[in-house]
Amino acid sequence: MILARVVGTVVATRKDERLVGAKLLLVRTIDPYGKDEAGYAVAVDTVDAGPRDRVLVVSGSSARMAAGLKDCPVDAAIVGVVDAVEVKE
Amino acid sequence: MILARVVGTVVATQKDAGLRATTLLVIQPLRADGTPSGKPLVAVDSVGAGTGENVFYVRGREAALPFLPDEVPTDAAIVGIVDHWNA
Repeated sequence: MILARVVGTVVATRKDERLVGAKLLLVRTIDPYGKDEAGYAVAVDTVDAGPRDRVLVVSGSSARMAAGLKDCPVDAAIVGVVDAVEVKE
Repeated sequence: MILARVVGTVVATQKDAGLRATTLLVIQPLRADGTPSGKPLVAVDSVGAGTGENVFYVRGREAALPFLPDEVPTDAAIVGIVDHWNA
């Protein structure tokens, strides 16, 4: 899983029917210290994350194991809101 | 599977039900000589690893397998603590 920060929302009226009702957020990858990195992704939020929250994003087929995403065409899901990251070295 | 070093911990209260009771660790992938390779990531621990230990982890869908029959939504899981390696 990667650490990311919620930087926006995505609205799409015309989409796969299995994405109807999904909350799509734009996230930017960050390092463990909270510094922005280069990557962006559109991720389905399953844990009610909010703007600027640090979040855990699961990628690839594992994203479909998040709550409510079985058989959905997604490859990135927000599965946690980060309270704290502690890094040594 | 990939060699890595555990460099930290992540605390998240608000999370997917499948991640409850799991330990989230920050790991830094390593080269064969033990130097960092690429960016750190967050992995779920299945073997009781701690900060400073060398481990190997599995990526992708298989990362959920150590936790069966629980469904843990993760794409990275620590599956072994390395005692030593030669390269």
